[in-house]
Amino acid sequence: MLHLINKSPFERNALDSCLRMARPGSAILLIEDGVYAALAKAAHAEKIISRMDDFSFYVLGHDVAARGLNDAPLIEGIDVVDYEGFVDLVAEHDVTQSWL
Amino acid sequence: MSEMNEFDENGPEVIKRFMYVNRKAPYGTIYALECLEVVLVAAAFDQDVSVVFLDDGVCQLKKNQDTTGIGMKNFSKTYGALDDYDVEKIYVEKESLAARGLTEDDLVIPVEVLAADDLREVMAQQDVIISS
Amino acid sequence: MAYECNGVTIETDEEGYITDISLWSRELAIRIAEEENIEMDDDHWEVVNFLRNYYEEYQIAPAVRVLTKAIKKTLGVEKGNSKYLYELFPYGPAKQACKIAGLPKPTGCI
Repeated sequence: MLHLINKSPFERNALDSCLRMARPGSAILLIEDGVYAALAKAAHAEKIISRMDDFSFYVLGHDVAARGLNDAPLIEGIDVVDYEGFVDLVAEHDVTQSWL
Repeated sequence: MSEMNEFDENGPEVIKRFMYVNRKAPYGTIYALECLEVVLVAAAFDQDVSVVFLDDGVCQLKKNQDTTGIGMKNFSKTYGALDDYDVEKIYVEKESLAARGLTEDDLVIPVEVLAADDLREVMAQQDVIISS
Repeated sequence: MAYECNGVTIETDEEGYITDISLWSRELAIRIAEEENIEMDDDHWEVVNFLRNYYEEYQIAPAVRVLTKAIKKTLGVEKGNSKYLYELFPYGPAKQACKIAGLPKPTGCI
């Protein structure tokens, strides 16, 4: 399953719920305001770092650049994808769940 | 549309303290851009205006935004015009920056970074607070 | 509403501001100015170019008092005053000059 997170982890609990409900082995793609979850120096970074073995994490590069985070360290092990990579992820997984 | 600023000659009779509080990240929702436009329009009324960035609002001021990939206007450049609009009191909450691993050097404009304890006091002095 | 320029039709909003700022050209500026009964000379171009630079830097068209102040800061007080700017653009420097510069309606212009 592919999980999409488009809400800031500071404002909503979408990421928390996703991390609690998703089966290990799932892919989690951070888009739009969800990309703030990828900030390595942020207070909540441990949430993702501690689940690196359970999930493969991706972040949409265009949304990272738009928010000026290209120069900010992102959590190591999160793969940056472009729109093609987004489409590939959707195609690779039978089901996509959006955590709106 | 009035071209001249009617208030330049004599000034408004009562000056009130208006504070605009930004708590949302840019682009994901329309709040940040809308609030910025409201501030620029309201700046014509010669009131005592201050702008606060806290929670995800601090992300609006992050340097190096490049929106070409998402097809939206990079309005982080517009904060640089606040000074021309005589909006000079710009506060950023220290704790919000720290929670996101950001520092004052990461921001597009000079701001006054205040701890929550100090910002609370500035907020308490306002006549009108508009939050988004 | 629309302008014809070099055989191309350029759309505007109901107030005559072009809707796609990337379609602006000097020729188009002259066309819009004609419509406003303005003959572009060096002084007009100076203000139009100033506005375009301002937009490039800050992504907004400044309100008239902001424009006046900014021009005063860079070009001096003999140009950064309402009288001078209204002589160049009688129906309002922000309104007419922004339109000619291909920018949106000024921000903070009520």
